[in-house]
Amino acid sequence: MKAESFSVSELELAGWPVRVTSYRIGETWHAKADNVSPGANIARARAEGREQAEVKVIERASERLGATRRRPRADLGS
Amino acid sequence: MSGYAHPEVLVTTDWVDHHSRDGGVRVVEVDVDTGSYDEGHVPGAIGWAWDSQLCDTVVRDILPKDRFEKLMGDSGISRDTVVVLYGDNNNWFAAWAFWQLKIYGHPDVRLMNGGRVKWLAEGRELSLESPEVAPTDYSASGPDLSIRAFLDQVREASGSGATDLVDVRSPAEFSGEILAPPGLPETCQRGGHVPGARSIPWGKTCAQDGTFKSAGALRELYGAEGIVGDRPIVAYCRIGERSSHSWFVLKYLLGYEGVSNYDGSWTEWGNLVGAPVERGA
Repeated sequence: MKAESFSVSELELAGWPVRVTSYRIGETWHAKADNVSPGANIARARAEGREQAEVKVIERASERLGATRRRPRADLGS
Repeated sequence: MSGYAHPEVLVTTDWVDHHSRDGGVRVVEVDVDTGSYDEGHVPGAIGWAWDSQLCDTVVRDILPKDRFEKLMGDSGISRDTVVVLYGDNNNWFAAWAFWQLKIYGHPDVRLMNGGRVKWLAEGRELSLESPEVAPTDYSASGPDLSIRAFLDQVREASGSGATDLVDVRSPAEFSGEILAPPGLPETCQRGGHVPGARSIPWGKTCAQDGTFKSAGALRELYGAEGIVGDRPIVAYCRIGERSSHSWFVLKYLLGYEGVSNYDGSWTEWGNLVGAPVERGA
């Protein structure tokens, strides 16, 4: 058993750069989303097809990223 | 490997492919996402969960010595076992485990360069089976606390300037724009960084495929921020795992002396009443 059709793509979700990784192990497609900086995994999903797995993971990641509070740059001094 | 000071602490995915089931070698997967191991792992590897097996689950602390010894014994590891660690997120928690194994004096610990993602991307064999292990009676040494920094040391370092403080979080965390990595729960009251710290995000130490950059590139990266190994260095992040990755780079790949990991990190400092905080880049 191996990871097959390994693919990495980058997109922007809720204003944050996100890396989506997907691959198939056996009959199951896996997708993961991480924030490019710092590179932490924020969502994962499994499905019977690549597209379904990626759609699920993007939904979950968007929800979590949308809840991230940003302090206005003007408050940060330099 | 690429001019590193201690190349013996790194192995390639190819090496692991050929040795993961050797007697005397124990491969361990340690992930941020503790469910990854069950998707499929390096054949012969066991899995450790960082949030239950590599920390004290009552007090905020690393594993106590007796529990560390039990974990190693239950994992079939002896003092002369070569322990090879790997995991997701470019080995974040694999490096955290490496750091704890060194605190308790395990002689031969190595990281699989590139971690889990490289293994997957290369289409190498995966297993769903957890190997049966013969328990051992493991005796640790230490703890060697010279590689661990505590709050008082960081406070002193921030005030004196005699120690280099390296903040390895993302620029947005360093500046105070956000309190936690995007999409993750906030674990502190204040954003910003320890006064005097230099921002050198951990991710800049890695190449696109997840492997470490060459010694020359790493020296240049840190040197550009004045970190050249001529005085003690304390690395920190949010909870101590990203900074164990940078600690590994500074101590083993660049060979700098006096490098320690402040695992209290921003979760401690950013919640501390009265602690000074700097904001901005």
